[in-house]
Formats: sequence, C-alpha cells, structure tokens
Amino acid sequence: MAEILEIQEEHHTNLLPTPDNGEGGEKTAMNISYGKTMMWYFLLSDAFTFSAFLIAYASIRLAQAWWPNPNLVFKSFPGLGHTNAPLAFVSVMTFILILSSVAVVRAVQEGHRMNQKGVMLWMIGGIVGGAMFLGCQAWEWNHLIAEGLRPFYNPFGPDANGVTHLVEEHMAVSPGPIAFGALFFGITGFHGFHVFTGVCINIWAFFATANGTFQRRGHYEMIEKVGLYWHFVDLVWVFVFLAFYLM
Amino acid sequence: MQTTTVHETHADVHVHGPGHGGGHHHTETFISKYIFSLDHKTIGKQFLIMGMAWAIIGGFMSVLFRVQLGWPDETFPVLERIFSTWFTDGKLNPEAYYSLITMHGTIMVFFVLTASLSGTFANVLIPLQIGARDMASPLMNALSFWFFFIAGVVMFASLFLPTGAASAGWTIYPPLSALPQTSPGSGNGMTFWLIAMVLFVASTLLGGLNYVSTVLNMRTKGMTMFRLPLTVWALFFTAIIGILSFPVLVSCVVLLIFDRGLGTSFYLSNIVIGGKALPYAGGSPILFQHLFWFLGHPEVYIIILPAMGMVSEILAVHSRKPIFGYKAMIFSILGITVLGFIVWAHHMYLSGMNPFLGSVFTLFTLLIAIPSAVKVFNWLTTLWRGNIRITPPSMFAIGFVSMFISGGLTGIWLGNSTIDIQLHDTYFVVAHFHIVMGIAAFFGMFAGIYHWFPRMFGRMMNETMAYIHFAITFIGAYLIFWPMHFIGLAGVPRRYYSFNEIEAFSQYGDLNKLISVATIIVFLGQFLFLVNFFWSMYRGRKSVQNPWQANTLEWTSPIEGIHGNWDGELPTVHRWPYDYSRDPNSDIDFIPQTVPLTEEEKKDKIHH
Ligand code: HEM
Ligand SMILES: [Cu+2]
Repeated sequence: MAEILEIQEEHHTNLLPTPDNGEGGEKTAMNISYGKTMMWYFLLSDAFTFSAFLIAYASIRLAQAWWPNPNLVFKSFPGLGHTNAPLAFVSVMTFILILSSVAVVRAVQEGHRMNQKGVMLWMIGGIVGGAMFLGCQAWEWNHLIAEGLRPFYNPFGPDANGVTHLVEEHMAVSPGPIAFGALFFGITGFHGFHVFTGVCINIWAFFATANGTFQRRGHYEMIEKVGLYWHFVDLVWVFVFLAFYLM
Repeated sequence: MQTTTVHETHADVHVHGPGHGGGHHHTETFISKYIFSLDHKTIGKQFLIMGMAWAIIGGFMSVLFRVQLGWPDETFPVLERIFSTWFTDGKLNPEAYYSLITMHGTIMVFFVLTASLSGTFANVLIPLQIGARDMASPLMNALSFWFFFIAGVVMFASLFLPTGAASAGWTIYPPLSALPQTSPGSGNGMTFWLIAMVLFVASTLLGGLNYVSTVLNMRTKGMTMFRLPLTVWALFFTAIIGILSFPVLVSCVVLLIFDRGLGTSFYLSNIVIGGKALPYAGGSPILFQHLFWFLGHPEVYIIILPAMGMVSEILAVHSRKPIFGYKAMIFSILGITVLGFIVWAHHMYLSGMNPFLGSVFTLFTLLIAIPSAVKVFNWLTTLWRGNIRITPPSMFAIGFVSMFISGGLTGIWLGNSTIDIQLHDTYFVVAHFHIVMGIAAFFGMFAGIYHWFPRMFGRMMNETMAYIHFAITFIGAYLIFWPMHFIGLAGVPRRYYSFNEIEAFSQYGDLNKLISVATIIVFLGQFLFLVNFFWSMYRGRKSVQNPWQANTLEWTSPIEGIHGNWDGELPTVHRWPYDYSRDPNSDIDFIPQTVPLTEEEKKDKIHH
C-alpha cells in the first residue's frame, strides 16, 4: 500500500500545479482546480441526500393531523433544571456552529497569505466550535431520550386543545405521531455525523498545516476544500434547524 | 492504405519532455500492476472482467427462472442436484424464484450495466480521449473499483444465506422489503442487499466525481469542450446524473434500514400480519417509491447514455462520415439529463398517487421522447449514404439503434398514464425495458468492447466468432422479448411464479416455452463471446496502431499501453473528432484530431 501511495504522490506532483494538468492543457471555464471541482460536485451530491431526507420529513409531517410544537419540545437549557426557554439552547448551538464557520473563513484567508501560524490558530477555532456543537447535540439528544423520545415512540402528545405536553405528565391525551422521533434522530443524527467527519477532517488539516505540508506545497488549497465542506455542513444545519425548530 | 501518412508517428516523439516524463518507470510488482493498480487502463479492465463475471451470473439466473416459466409442470432433478437449496422435488421453489428475479434485476441493472459499463469505458476512454495521463485522482479511481468489488462480495454472499437472498424485486418496495416476517428473503438477504447497495453508491460516487473533474480539468491543449468525442460527453453527463441521483437512493435505503432495524415508521403504516396489528403508524410506502424512482428513472439513463455515446462514435468511425448533428447530440444528452430528473413518477401512475400529478408526469415523460428521437434521427442520418464498413463494432452499434427504436416506441405507450392502467406491471413493461435498456445497453457494451479491444489488449478479436455472436444475440433477443409485448397486452402480470392455474393466461404456455428456449440459446451464445475475448487477448491478431482509422486521441497513444499514456509530451488537438471523408478525391478518409488545420480550413472556420 505504501508503494501505491508513493506512486500516487509522484503522479500528483506531475499533474499539479492545478488548475490545468500542468502540461499546458485546456483550462476549465471557472478556472478552478480538479480538487475543488470534485469537492463542489460532492457537495452537490450531498445536498441531494439531505434534500431527500428533508422532503421525506415534509411529506410525512404534512400527512399528520397534529405535530408537536417545537417551542414546547425544545425548551430546556443545561444546568437550568425545569426551565421554559424555548429554542434558547438550539440558538446557542447554531451560533457556535456559525462562529466556527467564520473561524474557518479566517483560516482560508490566512492560507492565502501563506501564514502557517494563522491557519493553525483559526483551524483550532473551527475545530473547537465543531466539537462544542457536537457536545451540545449530545446533551440535547440525551435530554430528549430521558424525556422518553425514541425513534419508534414520541411522548410529546396533544392535550384536549391540541397543546403539546409530555404524556408522562398526564396532560396529553395520547402520545404524539411516532414519526417525530424517527425523523428527529434520523436527520439531526445524519447531520451530526457530517459535523463529526468535518471535525475529524479539520483536525487532520490542522496537523497537516502544523507539519508544513501546505507551506511546502506552496499553497493552502486544501484548507479551502476543507473549508467548503465545513461551510456546507453549516448551511445544511440552517435547513435542519428551520425544519425541526422553527416550523 | 498507409495510416502513417496522415498520422504523426510516435517514433519521432519519443523524447522525454523536461521535468515531466510521461512514462513512469517503476519497478512494478504483479500486485501493484494488476491488482491494486492505479492506472486507469487497468482499472477499466478490472471493471470489465468483474462485469463479465456478474453478467454470467445474472444471465444464468434468468435461465433458471425461465426454465420454471417455460416448463412449469416438468421436474428437473439435474438442476436440483446442483442447486439443492433452491429446488424441491425437481422444481424451483417459489421463494428461490423471487430471489432469482430480484438478484437478476439488481445484478444486471446495477452491477453490470451501471458499474461495469461506465466503469470500464469511462476509465479506459476518458483519459485517452481527452489527452490526459490518468484520472484526476488515480487513488479514488482505484477505491471506486474496490468499493464495487466489496459490494459485489456482499451481494454474492447473500445468495448463500439460509433464508435466501433478497426477494422483493429489484425495486425493493416496502412493506415487503421492510418486514422480515413477510417473506424469508426479507430477512438477512435484504439486509445484505441494502449494505451492498450503500457500498455500491460509494463506488459510483468516487468514480463519478473523478470522471467529471477529469473531463473538466485534465483536457490536453486544444481539446475544448466542443472538440470532445461524444463518448466523453455521454460519460460526463452519466457521471453527473449519478452524482445527483444515487445520493437519493442512499437516503431512501437508510430510511428503510431504520424501519427494519430501529422500528421506525418511515414507510410503514396500518399493517396487519397474520391477524396481528403491528405498531407502525404514520409512514408512507409511496414516499419510498418517490425516493426510489427519483434514482430509478435517472438510473436507466445512467445505463443507456454511455452506450449512446459509444454508438455515436462507432457509427461515425465505421460509416466514415462525420456524426450528423454533433451539437444536437450534445444538447439532446443534456435534455435527457435534465428531463430525466422530472419524469420518475411515470413508474407510479397506479400507486395511488394523485391522478392530476399523473398527467403532469405524462407530459414530461412524452417530452423526453424528443431528445431521444433526435438521437435516433442523427444515428440514422450518420449511417445514411455512409461508406459503411461492416465490422463487429458497427454491427452491434446498428443493433443498438434497432433495439433503442423498438423499445423507445413502447415507452411512449407506457408514458401515457391512461394506457398504463392496462399495461402497468405486465409483461409489456418487461418487454419495453429489456429491449430499450437491457439489450440496447448490452449491444452498446459489445460494440464498445469489439471496437476498443485493440486499444485495451493490443490485439484484434476474431470476426467470424463475433458475427455469429451478433446473429445469435440479435435474433435471440427479439425472439425473447417481442412476444412479451403480446402477452403483456393481454394483461399477463410480471413476477408471477406460474400461470398454470390461471385459465386466461395458461394459453400462453407455448409462447413461454419459445421464450425460454431462446433465452437458453442466447445465454449459450454469449460463451462464444467469452471464448473470443479471452482467446484474442492472448492469441488474437496483433493490432496496428489505429486499426479502425479513427480520429480520436486514444489511437495516438502507443497501442501496447504505457503508464502515463504518451511518451514525451501530450498530444495537441487542432480539430473536432469527426473529420471523416472530407476530401472525396483523397484515398485517406480521416483526419486525426492532432492534425493542424490547413490554411483553407482556418478560413472557413466550420470546425472551430
Ligand atoms: C422514449 C422514452 C421512454 C418512455 C416514454 C418510457 C416510459 C416508461 C414508463 C411509463 C414506464 C413504466 C411502465 C410501468 O411500470 O407501468 C417505463 C418503465 C421502464 N423503462 Fe421506460 N421509457 C422510455 C425509455 C426508456 C429508456 C431509454 C430506458 C432505459 C435505458 C427505460 C427503462 C425502463 C425501465 C427499466 C422500466 C421498468 C422498471 C421496472 O418497473 O422494473 N425506458 N418506461
Ligand atoms: Cu422511467
């Protein structure tokens, strides 16, 4: 395997520097490198995956007579016990994720300036933000599971007036539509998995920067590619957020 | 005729360019050269060989279930001795029958005509025809093959499960596929199927991203987009369709996995089995169909576009004429790509979906016949008054056009939501898609193999065997599928194990026998191709550098196939690939893409 990677490496030094094939080839209309072309198409494809999930969400939800009110489901905040802080926690989560995206934008800028230290610093920002987001998500999942939410069971049901209550608190007349839990865990889980891989990739990019790989290569395009993925994950969250928390 | 007169020969360009020698001189071991290879030409061959293995397996399955359909009353102790788990008292078990049709469809659609067809020709042809040393990322390319390989291992293993392979049809509709208690094949067999398909999609994605970025970024000097051969255009759009539609299959399958494993109700609602109500509520099996066919319909174009591209190229070369309507060909591929994404619900007219939606989808479905017809028209006009050379590739390419017309016309019937009430889920549909997709794509693949075999292996295939192979396959395929139209019009449903006990349908017994006999003959006929293929690989006549006198770049790369494709500098392109028979007074009727424009040509600027 090592040998294969070596051949690959050699191959690439042959084909780089991008955007063209380095032998005076035709350029692309957009004049971007093949690595970025690939990343863009991958993101397009991933966008279709998420769209399919969100369309499934919409079609199942619209077929239900009743759906839990997000303001009454997502109203807890860590450390505050029995609070009523609708959407406060998820707003914090979202804010953290956006901040981490901003950090990665800064890392890309520093990359353009060939400032190794700067890239490292801002990548740490991105990594920490991502990790914090995952931590928040873990807490929220944990909390909802403690309240009884499962992929096949939804304790958030309507009372006589259609107001959302926990069944266990004897206010709701019945459990809510079971699709709620399945969709929630399925889609936020799939997004969380993307955040997780994003954090791993960012960590890798941090170490590659620290090793001077990109400095030696003469450009920080890899950070740009990693950044594209990270912004995409951020963007997808906006839609997930919209679907589960605001509607 | 001397090919070298026009050709820039390689002999004089064997100098290594400064800094970037094209030929890499590694000490390669057998493993790194043939098994874990990163060379696109080798990876293409790996896809081809795997595809051939799968085609034999998938084809043999159809023989087994055709035996059941042709002779529902007979017993076959011989078969029972070999396939003891699938037969009881000399007869195919119903469960095995369903597993076999499911696996046959899955294998043919995904493993042979998607992965292997695109995998082989995108790998062999894209870098060679655009003038690149290799794919953008050779490593991803190799991974694409290995994901495909592992997906295949999982799928193959499922055949040996005690409960049998998946048996819900290649479209795996829930609830049948979601609930293990509904049929043995919906147990572990289905789980294996789902895992294999997720791996398969990973392979498609890795390959597709690579093909797209290679075409966009790695073209050699002078190779503008509108000088690309139509093969490359077709493979390019195929990859884009795959990138956009396969992820939706992943979503679709992931939700099914949740329904099976976590007790969720994405696709399930109000189900009673054996008098017992199951707790699932609120899901929708129609949602599954929408997600599945959002992939499923583009998938059929993923299968046919590469074949179309190859046929366009082959018809031009072998009829010694410029392709008719080069840009029309490209825009019709584009049209098919776009429209292909908005017609999926024509598979669901009778699913209980809103009939109004049905008429919208009828409209789009009939619209897609237009770009398809443009292509057919252009192939026929390319052939028209051409100086046609009868060769195995040209025969198969013409066979492709025949099949595509026959099957495309029945598509227009089916596209009408009202006519589909009678025809849906009958043998008419089976006839339609086998002719237009199955057989046509196989013909495209055969045409491609016969045409580019010298490019892949440096030798020619035997022509006599090839013609016999063509005759058997062409006549046989029509014998198999033509009668199915009539059976289907009469309302005989597809996917039935036997029609013995159904008075109205048992009259087609003889026709079913005929179909089964033809199936067996066509299946055996394919061994002629296999023998030819492997025999020619070692014993075939050595090919000259440019055996078909074609214009495209792959024939300027040394025929023996070197790492990096061109020694020294990459070729420079000066013209489009279809300058055939330009000068009626010359006995050289082709001008390779590497030949500079003459002063005259520059003046009249027809071809860029
Ligand atoms: C000329 C344009 C075409 C039209 C209008 C058309 C229309 C249709 C319709 C309406 C159906 C659904 C029939 C039913 O289930 O009741 C169908 C089935 C099918 N078509 Fe086509 N078709 C066309 C061309 C093609 C092409 C080019 C391919 C493949 C390369 C293809 C592959 C299939 C397949 C695989 C199925 C059946 C899938 C299944 O149920 O297992 N069709 N077609
Ligand atoms: Cu279709």
